[in-house]
Amino acid sequence: MSAKTNDPAALPALLDALTARFGERLLESHLEKGELSVRVTRESLLPLLAFLRDAAGFNALNDMIGLDNVNAPVAGRPRFAVLYQLYKFPDARRIRIVVDTAENEPLPSITGLYQSADWAEREIFDMFGLRFAGHPGLTRIYLDDEFKGHPLRKDFPLAGA
Amino acid sequence: MAFKQIELNMGPQHPSTHGVLRLKLTVDNEVVLKIEPVIGYLHRGMEKLWEHRTYPQITPLTDRLDYIAAILNNLAYVLAVEKLAGLEVPKRAQYIRVILAELQRVASHLAWAGFNANDIGAASVLLYSFIEREGVLEVFEAYCGARLTVHALRIGGVANDLTPKLIALIRQVVAAVPQRLADIEALLSENRIWKHRTIGIGHIAPDDALRYGLTGPALRAAGVCWDLRKNIPYSSSEDFDFEVPLGQNSDVYDRYLVRMAEMRQSLRIITQALDRLPEGELCAKVPRFLKIPPGEVFHTIEGAKGELGFYIKSNGTDKPERVKMKAPSFINMQCFEKMCQGYLIADVVAILGSLDIVLGEIDK
Amino acid sequence: MNQHALIFDLLIPLLKAAAVCIYLMVMVIIMVWLERRLVGWMQGRLGPNRVGCQGVLQPIADTVKLLLKENIMQKQADWLLFNIAPIIVLVSALLAFCFIPFGDTIPFKGYTFTFWVAESPVGLLLVMGISSLSVFALVFGGWGSNSKYPLLGGLRSVIQILSYEIPVALAVLAVVFYSKSMNLVAIVQQQHETGWNILKLPLIVPFFIFWICAVAETNRAPFDLPEAESELVAGFHTEYSGIKFAFFFMAEYTHMVLASSLAVVLFFGGWLAPFSQVKALAWLHPFPGAGVLWYFIKIMGFLCLFIWIRGTFPRYRFDELIKLAWKWMVPLALLNIFIVALIRIW
Repeated sequence: MSAKTNDPAALPALLDALTARFGERLLESHLEKGELSVRVTRESLLPLLAFLRDAAGFNALNDMIGLDNVNAPVAGRPRFAVLYQLYKFPDARRIRIVVDTAENEPLPSITGLYQSADWAEREIFDMFGLRFAGHPGLTRIYLDDEFKGHPLRKDFPLAGA
Repeated sequence: MAFKQIELNMGPQHPSTHGVLRLKLTVDNEVVLKIEPVIGYLHRGMEKLWEHRTYPQITPLTDRLDYIAAILNNLAYVLAVEKLAGLEVPKRAQYIRVILAELQRVASHLAWAGFNANDIGAASVLLYSFIEREGVLEVFEAYCGARLTVHALRIGGVANDLTPKLIALIRQVVAAVPQRLADIEALLSENRIWKHRTIGIGHIAPDDALRYGLTGPALRAAGVCWDLRKNIPYSSSEDFDFEVPLGQNSDVYDRYLVRMAEMRQSLRIITQALDRLPEGELCAKVPRFLKIPPGEVFHTIEGAKGELGFYIKSNGTDKPERVKMKAPSFINMQCFEKMCQGYLIADVVAILGSLDIVLGEIDK
Repeated sequence: MNQHALIFDLLIPLLKAAAVCIYLMVMVIIMVWLERRLVGWMQGRLGPNRVGCQGVLQPIADTVKLLLKENIMQKQADWLLFNIAPIIVLVSALLAFCFIPFGDTIPFKGYTFTFWVAESPVGLLLVMGISSLSVFALVFGGWGSNSKYPLLGGLRSVIQILSYEIPVALAVLAVVFYSKSMNLVAIVQQQHETGWNILKLPLIVPFFIFWICAVAETNRAPFDLPEAESELVAGFHTEYSGIKFAFFFMAEYTHMVLASSLAVVLFFGGWLAPFSQVKALAWLHPFPGAGVLWYFIKIMGFLCLFIWIRGTFPRYRFDELIKLAWKWMVPLALLNIFIVALIRIW
């Protein structure tokens, strides 16, 4: 197998394809510093990822990132967000999917699509207290099971609980 | 023999768990049926800490993640910040970064070669590889005074210049390493015991490897050509002529071959960078109080263990809103379970060694 | 006359036995130091060089440290098995030396002083039997610790030692066919007339089988699986500390000396100088008793070989190790026995 280097023209085309297919459900998108970021509704997360994986060829999940937006709240949006950083082999193409979520609304787990989401989801659960419905074993990954609180929330003190 | 299944607790204090990793093994006699890694013994809450530090203050903290390859952590972080702040790094600084980063890669792979061989019982290789690693660390010491947690790079450039004396020292190291690699290969590559212990052990299919997010030498050993220095060039890595060594069988032996070949390629890059080292500034003009307008960026480099990256979200102040590290060992560790099933306890140790994990990076 | 019989028959053998014990303890000390220095040299480092000249007193310092250590035993451990294991392992190693001839004889006023504690027509059998008693110690230690790593280490050692006992016996049998005796003294004396056994073509293969299996039976690298530190922490002696650990430690080195001594006696002419049957080379053995020196030089060679092997090879995996024994060593030894038997019949 060989690999090509990043082709900057491919991302706008991908965005067009996504807009055509998902339309309204694509809440927001921007292409900055060569990185494509797409905000979607929580219901369309799994269909979008399935489309990206199977039709668009984004075959690997780079990373999952949790965000606590309590310090910069946007009206009508829940407090937390989860970012899915995907990449497409062998074209070296990346896309970031953003989904807003609240503490008491579990997001669907994507472990069925990307195996590497297993530990990543556990990490977000550990650090932010966000739940993922359908995860095979959602337990704390770094901290002790008896630990109180979720350290990466902005209201968790730096000096510890 | 009738032998009940037992649960064996490997670590967190165990000679070959590479730090404070705990493995819960379910074994039948010596065959591993189930394996459950337990991590977090070294969790220091780095990501929380970073949210309370200014951008330049974070750079030395990244040294403490993968402490075997500190400069590569520095590089991943400063590149992400520079991308976010839109800083242009002078060419000379980029070349010095490449030289230091590749030296660090050699040091990390040498440490790996020693540890992995030691896990499989060839203790001499550990000592041999550490002799050369020592040479690399001496270069770092001459460059910035530190050996392990170096903090050699700065946002916008590098800390110090390469003096002619230092260049001579680097050339000396670059000349010495291949001989030592040949020594190690003479001890291992054709050794019957070594081949028995490594060939066909810890196999993972290329498709599975991608699905599990495996990166770095372990992915290349599966025959997947994915090297970010080629695929998404950074820090002038497109200027250099080098090959991406690939394996075929995706086993411990191929990971060993790939890493040995990678060290030679790194030395090639260092020689080219030294030969073509341009004149110029060492650091871009960076404001004394670096405030970055709101934005987000995700940047990865080819670390020694795999794809090493940082996600940084800025909020207009001098401190980041959120920094997330994409640790290659964290992802690679996840595949470990898949690789180990049905092998023996001795293989678990060999496979763990072949993944080249560093707990400082996994636990953050 | 009665008085003399007491001296000759009781006192001298007792003194010899004590001397052998002291000799072995000294050997352990020498070996510990030599191993660390030699491996250090092979690995490009120094090894202990601070205590005494070139660090020779380091093993003594270590021994003192071990003796002063607290003797820890887990609550769940089996008291009898846990405590008897270190005793068995050391006693079995020392006892086997009864029948090893260290040198030639010195005639003294009608009495012949011999450099062996006892001579037995079935000496070889006794040595093999006694030395393999140590497997009980490994099992007892592994089982009695009531802990998982020692248990796995104990299991490994039983399977390993039992598997390698067979090819060793078969390899040694070839020598017995040649010497027509199981008396170790007689085996050496026979080599004085016919030359060293290793120089006889049909006995070369048995030597290599013997040596590989000896390395395996002494649990030395690359067959150090029962105590593989990267896998089983310290194997069967994980839970031992202080003096009991020191016993296992001493026993390992004593077994190395025993294996080297057997190799020397069976294949390299024991106390004999090279080509002792050649009259022109008689000056190599200038006075009675000089054989001790030859024996010592030879075993040191083998002991260094142990260390060299350790410094070179990675560790075998358990299933490969057993395969090596049953698929290669045993058939090869059997075939060899067959060939040697045919040769002897003709």
